[in-house]
Amino acid sequence: MNKQTRASSKTTDFDRLNRDWYIDKAVQILVFIGGISAIVFIIGIFIFITKEGMGFLLGDFSFKEFFLSPNWRPTSENKATYGILALIAGTASVTGLAMLVAIPFSLGTAIFIAEFATGKTREFLKITVELLAAIPSVVWGFIGLAIMNPLIIDIFDVPVGLNVLNAGIILGLMAAPIMTSIAEDALKAVPDRYREAAEALGATRWQVIYKVVLPAAKNGLLGAVLLGVGRGFGETMAVLMATGHAINIPGSVFDSVRALTATIAAELGETAVGSPHYKALFTIGISLFLITFVINLIADLVVRGVKKG
Amino acid sequence: MFEASPINLKNLTRQKIFRFLLGSMTATLILPVALILGTLIVKGAPVISFDFLFTSPTNGMTAGGIFPALLGTILLVLVALLASVPLGVAAAIYLSEYAPDNWFTRAINLAIINLAGVPSIVHALFGLGAFVLFFRFGTSILAASLTLAVMTLPVVIVATRESLQAVPMAFREACWNMGATRWQTIRRIVLPNAVTGILTGVILEVSRTSGETAPIMFTGAVFFLPFLPQGVFDQTMALSLHLFVVSTQVPEMPEAVPYGVALVLIGMVLLMNSASIALRMYLRGKKKW
Amino acid sequence: MVGSNAVNEDRSLVKDGTEQSPVKLGVENLSIHYETGPALQNVSFDIRKNEIFGIIGPANAGKTSFLKAINRMDMFNPGMKIDGKITFDGTDISKVRNVYGLRSRIGVVFPLPVGLPLSVYDNVALAPRLAGLKNKAELNVIVERCLTRAALWDEVKDRLNSLGSMLSGGQQQRLTIARALSQDPELLMLDEFSIAVDPVTTMRIEDVLKELKNEITIILVTNLVQQARRLADRTAFFLEGQCVDVAVTEDLFTGEVSDQRTRDYVEGRFG
Repeated sequence: MNKQTRASSKTTDFDRLNRDWYIDKAVQILVFIGGISAIVFIIGIFIFITKEGMGFLLGDFSFKEFFLSPNWRPTSENKATYGILALIAGTASVTGLAMLVAIPFSLGTAIFIAEFATGKTREFLKITVELLAAIPSVVWGFIGLAIMNPLIIDIFDVPVGLNVLNAGIILGLMAAPIMTSIAEDALKAVPDRYREAAEALGATRWQVIYKVVLPAAKNGLLGAVLLGVGRGFGETMAVLMATGHAINIPGSVFDSVRALTATIAAELGETAVGSPHYKALFTIGISLFLITFVINLIADLVVRGVKKG
Repeated sequence: MFEASPINLKNLTRQKIFRFLLGSMTATLILPVALILGTLIVKGAPVISFDFLFTSPTNGMTAGGIFPALLGTILLVLVALLASVPLGVAAAIYLSEYAPDNWFTRAINLAIINLAGVPSIVHALFGLGAFVLFFRFGTSILAASLTLAVMTLPVVIVATRESLQAVPMAFREACWNMGATRWQTIRRIVLPNAVTGILTGVILEVSRTSGETAPIMFTGAVFFLPFLPQGVFDQTMALSLHLFVVSTQVPEMPEAVPYGVALVLIGMVLLMNSASIALRMYLRGKKKW
Repeated sequence: MVGSNAVNEDRSLVKDGTEQSPVKLGVENLSIHYETGPALQNVSFDIRKNEIFGIIGPANAGKTSFLKAINRMDMFNPGMKIDGKITFDGTDISKVRNVYGLRSRIGVVFPLPVGLPLSVYDNVALAPRLAGLKNKAELNVIVERCLTRAALWDEVKDRLNSLGSMLSGGQQQRLTIARALSQDPELLMLDEFSIAVDPVTTMRIEDVLKELKNEITIILVTNLVQQARRLADRTAFFLEGQCVDVAVTEDLFTGEVSDQRTRDYVEGRFG
C-alpha cells in the first residue's frame, strides 16, 4: 500500500483543531446570524413603528375616540380629530367584497387544477396562476383607475366608478391567485392512497373530492383563506388608487371609501416628523402590524394542525 | 368492464356538472385578467419606443421618456439584492442545515411568515423610522433598498431553503462519514446542487422588488428628479412610483403615457417570473440522481 | 495516547498475532438509545490493530447503530443517545473536539450505496481533497488505486467524468467502498458491503480486504455468516441489542465457546 498520505499528514493526534474546524465554526456563527435576522427584523419593525407612534399612544388621544369615531380630520385648523372607524369600515368593506369574489373562485380553481386538470392543461394553469400572482399592486391600482372605473360608470350608470365595488373586484383578482396556489398545495398534500381507497370503493372523482379530499384538506384551505384575508387587508397601492379615497362609512358598493393602508400612503408624505398627525399614522401602522400578525399566526396554527392530523 | 348502473350514471352526470362548473370558475378567474393585459398591451405598446425607454420625462412628465425611473428601479433592486441575498441564503442554510427542531426554529419560521405577511405600508413605516431617521441614511436609495430587502427577504429564504432540502440527506451523510465538516459538505455537495434553485428564488425576488411601491414612497423614491442619482445616498425615481404619479398626480396627462409605463413595469415583472419558472422547469428535467 | 503504527510486523499466525497487537478500538459498557427505544445494551470488547473483526447477527441487532456510534454520527442525529465509552487509539471519542478529524481516520461503507452527485473521479478524490491534497498526479494515483481495489476500475476507467450518482446500484456500492479507501483510513468499517455485488466481484474485494488487514483494522458487519468465517479473525454475535458472544471466529463455528443462540444462528436455525 502506498503510504504517502498517512505518513505525512496523519499523526495520532487527530484531535488537533485545524483550519477547517475553525472555518466550520465561523460559518456556523455567520449562518446563525442570518437565521435570526428574520426574528430581529420582525421585532425591529414592531419597535420602530411603536417608537414613532408612541407619543400619540401615550398622550393626546383616547383609545375610544381613535377606534370608535368616524371623524378623521387630522389637518383641521381649530380641532384635529383622529378617528379611524370610517377607515376601518373602508378596509373591511373592500376586503369583505374581495373575499366574496376571491374565496369561491380561488377554491374552485384550486380544486379544478389539483383534481381535474391533467398534463399540459394543468401545467399551463399553474403557471398562469403563478404569473397572475406576480402582477404588482400599483399595476392593479392603475387597472382599477383606467379600466374598471369607466366600465363601472358605464354598466351601473353611477357618477363615480372608484368605489367599494371597483377596489373589491381588483383586490379579489389580486388575492385569488395566491389563495389558489396555497389551496392547491393543501389539496396536493392529501395522500393519493386516500383517493385510491375511495376510488376502489367505486366512488366517482367528484365524490372522492367532496367526501375525502376536501375534509382532509380543510385546514390547509382555511389557511389559504386566512392568508388571502391578510393579504387583502394589508394591500396598499391598489386600494389607494381604486377606492375613490373618500372618508366614508359605505352604505352601498357604489360608495367611495378610504382604507387604513391607503391613508398612511396618502398622508405620510405631507406630515412633519413627530407631529400628532405623523404619530397617528404610525398608530394605524401599529394596528395593521398587530392585526396581520394575529391573522398570520392563526393561519400558521391552522395549517400546522393539518400536518399533525 | 362492468355495466354502468343507474346510480353510477347519476353520479357521473353530477361529476361532469361539477367539472364544468369548476372549469368555468377557473376560466372566469383567468380570462378577465387576460383581457386586461390585452388592453394594456394595445393601449401601451404604441408609446413604447427607444426614446421612451432611454430619455428623461419632459413637460411636467406629460412627454418624454421614463429613463430615470427605469434606472432608479434597477438601482433599487440591485442594492436590495446585495443586502438580502447573502442574508437570505445564510438564513436558509442555517434553517436547512443547522437548525434543531425546537421552539426557537419554529419562532424563526413564524417570523419569516410574518415578514412576508406584514403589509407593505408597514414596511414603509419601518423603513422610515429605522433607515431614514434612526440610522440617518435620509430618504435615499440605500434606505429604500434596505426596506425592500427586509420585505423580500422571505422570498430568498423560502426558495433557498427549498432547494437545499431537495438535496437528499444521504449525500450529506456520505460526506460526513468521510470526515468532511458541515461547511465542507455544504460547499462541495449541497450548494452546487442547489444553486439553480437559489437562482430561481433570486429572480423571483427581483420581480417582487421591482414592482413594490409603498415601501419606497417615503424612504427614497420621489415623484420627479431633474437629474440622475449619483450614489446610494441620493434619492431616485422608480418605475412603480412613476406609474402611480403619472396616473394620479399629473393633470392633463395623455392617456397613453401611464399605459406605456404600466406595460413596461408589468413586462419587466412577468419576464422575470417567466425566467424563474423556465429555470425551474429546466431544473426539473435535468435530474442528477 | 497509545498507538504506534510505525512498524507493522509481519504476521504469519493470525490467531496468536491478533492477541498480541495493541487495541485500536476499545468498547466499554456501550449502550445506544433512540427515541423509539434501545438499540444496543451494555456491550464491551476490544478490537485490535490489524485484525478483521466480524459482527454477525440478524436485523435490528444493533450492528449499524454500533458503527454510527464509532463514527460519532450521533452529532447529526439528535434522537441518538450514547452511554459508555469508546476509545480510538486510547482516546475517548466522546471527548474528541474535532470529530471531523476522527471521522477522517475511519472509513465506513453503509449498506445503502451512495454515489455522490459528482463525477466518478471527484467522488474518489473528495476525501484527499478535503484533507488538503491538490496535486493532480497524486490524486490520479489515489483514484486509480482505490477504484482498482474496490474492483470498479475496469468498468469506469473510460468514463471517470460521468456522474457517480447515475451508476448502477452495484457500481455505486463499490464506488462507496473506493471512497472509504480514498480516506486512507486506519479503521475501515464495512456494513454488508456485498449486498448489491455479484459473487465473483465480492471475492475480489474480499481478497483486497485480506491484504489491507496488514496495514489497517477492519470491522466487517455482515449477515452472511460464511463471509465472516472466510474473513474475520474474531467475530461478535449481536442479537436484539446484546452482544451474545465474542470469540475467535473458528471457535464460534466449531461451537467451542458459544452460547446456544450463537450456535443456532451460525447453523442457520434462525435469522
